[in-house]
Amino acid sequence: MSVTYSEGRKVHRVRKKPIVVVMLLLLVWFAGIALNEPGRVLELASQVCLSCIGLG
Amino acid sequence: MGYVRKWVQIIFGFLMNGYWGFPFSRAIYQGPLKVICAPGLNCYSCPASTTYCIIGSLQNLLANVRLSWEAGQYYLGLYVVGSAGVLGGMFGRMICGWACPFGFVQELLHKIPSPKYRVPRPLRYGKYFFLVVFVVLLPLFAIDEFGAGVTWFCKYVCPAGTLEAGLPMLVLQPTLQERLGFIFLNKLVIMLVVVVWSVLASRPFCRVVCPLGAFYALFSRFRLVRLRHDQGNCISCGACHPVCPMGVKFDESPDDGDCITCMKCMTKGCRFDAIYLEVGGIPVRAGRTQSRPVAARRLKAEG
Repeated sequence: MSVTYSEGRKVHRVRKKPIVVVMLLLLVWFAGIALNEPGRVLELASQVCLSCIGLG
Repeated sequence: MGYVRKWVQIIFGFLMNGYWGFPFSRAIYQGPLKVICAPGLNCYSCPASTTYCIIGSLQNLLANVRLSWEAGQYYLGLYVVGSAGVLGGMFGRMICGWACPFGFVQELLHKIPSPKYRVPRPLRYGKYFFLVVFVVLLPLFAIDEFGAGVTWFCKYVCPAGTLEAGLPMLVLQPTLQERLGFIFLNKLVIMLVVVVWSVLASRPFCRVVCPLGAFYALFSRFRLVRLRHDQGNCISCGACHPVCPMGVKFDESPDDGDCITCMKCMTKGCRFDAIYLEVGGIPVRAGRTQSRPVAARRLKAEG
């Protein structure tokens, strides 16, 4: 079933592709959380990465 | 619209760099907010940074993927790619135009009076090269004897890191000056080139180098919020071309990967209501609603 929106004579259909893409990437995001990646990201971001700024 | 966008850019700049205790602590922010990604390019080693950098974190995770694997931890960068992907799927490169601090810096630099030049269009493919080679392949495969890689883009290229983190950290922690060497000099030269180039051309780093912009550009056809072209109203006058800060010819390529949805083409360029904002397929008409015959008569009168 498609959701539509009418503006005057024109009928616009809600695009599903972006919603599917966002949903898929949300799954990837949840997979990252399940692997405890946020903890590692926090650990990395809490230190000055000297090699990242050209000083190491 | 330009006024609103400027304020949104300022607010996002402060949200991503909201730790102002660094002059006293002489250290970077280490709180829990750093588990949230900065939507734009914003170095997480910047003393004021309150969020993590998507590009920096992804490289770090990929560079150490073998070591974490051996330790039984499967850090593949899924959390980082997922965060960036959700943002990309919703807004695409609109983030570059509205929420990237380094893009905002380039826009401010471009306001400095000087001769202005175009960025050659073939150079736009450079950012995809930096994304694939410097952010993914080199950190993943150029490894040392222990199996650890290097954050190639951050270490050898990123001018945002030099400007936001390298230089401030040298001031905050003078002992780091002992580590100054060729790599930092190289990064300093790149930063100066980008600064001068930003004065002479509009957003050159975003168009040619930025790997985050390249990642968001992958969603140009699939993002929820985007500008659309109404061919029925367009007279192909080309008014949308010169106002675009990214050099996009919107009437010719409305799904261009370089469109940052700044809406200048809609509000400053087009007079025929041929460009409009669309959210998930639903048009949000915010342009000047002038019918095509009226606008055509007006244009004719103006010669």
